[in-house]
Amino acid sequence: MRPLLIIACGALAREIGWVVDANGLDGVDLTCLPAELHNRPDRIPVEMRRKIDSNQDKYERIVALYADCGTGGEMDALLAEKNVERIGGAHCYAFYAGEDTFNQMHEDELGTFYVTDYLVRFFDRLMIKGLGLDRHPELRDMYFGNYKRLMYLAQTDDDALKAEAQLAADKLGLDYTYHFTGYGGLGDFITDQAAKG
Amino acid sequence: MADEEDIILSELNDEELVQQMHDDLYDGLADEVVEGTQILLDRGWTPYDTLTKALVEGMRIVGVDFRDGILFVPEVLMAANSMKSGMKILRPLLAETGAPKMGKMVIGTVKGDIHDIGKNLVGMMMEGAGFEVVDLGINIDVDTYLKALEEHKPEILGMSALLTTTMPYMKVVIDTMVEKGIRNDYVVLVGGAPLNEAFADSVGADAYCRDAAVAVETAKEWMSRRQGTALAAG
Repeated sequence: MRPLLIIACGALAREIGWVVDANGLDGVDLTCLPAELHNRPDRIPVEMRRKIDSNQDKYERIVALYADCGTGGEMDALLAEKNVERIGGAHCYAFYAGEDTFNQMHEDELGTFYVTDYLVRFFDRLMIKGLGLDRHPELRDMYFGNYKRLMYLAQTDDDALKAEAQLAADKLGLDYTYHFTGYGGLGDFITDQAAKG
Repeated sequence: MADEEDIILSELNDEELVQQMHDDLYDGLADEVVEGTQILLDRGWTPYDTLTKALVEGMRIVGVDFRDGILFVPEVLMAANSMKSGMKILRPLLAETGAPKMGKMVIGTVKGDIHDIGKNLVGMMMEGAGFEVVDLGINIDVDTYLKALEEHKPEILGMSALLTTTMPYMKVVIDTMVEKGIRNDYVVLVGGAPLNEAFADSVGADAYCRDAAVAVETAKEWMSRRQGTALAAG
């Protein structure tokens, strides 16, 4: 049996891989659910259950790098049933930025649309095509009319991604703001779990 | 569903035209839906029949296919926009012609939440089903809900939330209604992507509505229950 499996959202795969490699965590394996499931949050617990069931005999421990992600508490109920620990927070923005910082940002401007490195990288596929804005640009204000700004919560200091994020804000007709988070709580969670053995 | 050939709506008989309007609504063709609405009115259809048989029925089909995973959110929104365009013509006429009124609903997205796509769909479908809808908008706190209940005296309160972090606010509103002794004066319906029936039960709502069509059916069912109770009491 391998020591530890992380079941994560596909939107975190690159960052988790970086943390695992940078810390030389040889006993940690990673498997992901498709990030696109965020458009159908009711499917997330179903797919998570399937993933846990197909791996629980192969690992001493399984942990989830998933937030609640709009499952309305169903994710937590499932993980409690399966005795799988997960990173804290309602969404990845909170564990990247830190709960208190995120709450303050949210309070400062309720109409904030958050993006991470992953979302910036795949903005056109996930947001423009995913929401049908390529086919129906007139829907933009129905989706984003109540938003005021796009905030890029950056995991890496990358000028090309900053430019992409600015462009994404322009496409949605929103003001652009930038906040560097690094890997935040994500890095701590992985190294803490790996240290548990 | 759209045919390759140009279809002249005014040349279709009533049955064909209504069928074509369902197709046009399904395809999100607002101009065609508006044209069809006007033609039916010009042919002497009542605004109520035009609304229910052409627009609402068309949107019901869209709702079924959305639920079955055949249509996705963008297509539903395009269809909703088309229905809205048709309703713009019908709304003043419905008021004039005394269309049947099912009841009144106050609806809003809870405090801390700015998402309103689902709420707007519910509002539109409720209006299409003959309910008067008072839409409070987004980021609505408990005082605003209670003030609206007092002012508009609806039978139904609808609350919507898209975020796991904001949906618990529904309990704040319902608990306050209980404290003030007015909870049982209203039917409380809740909805939003992260909600489910267990959550609705836990916050003390009367029902969870998974989509706009279910909201309409649930509202109608509760209205007839209340009317039954009132008749029995009378």
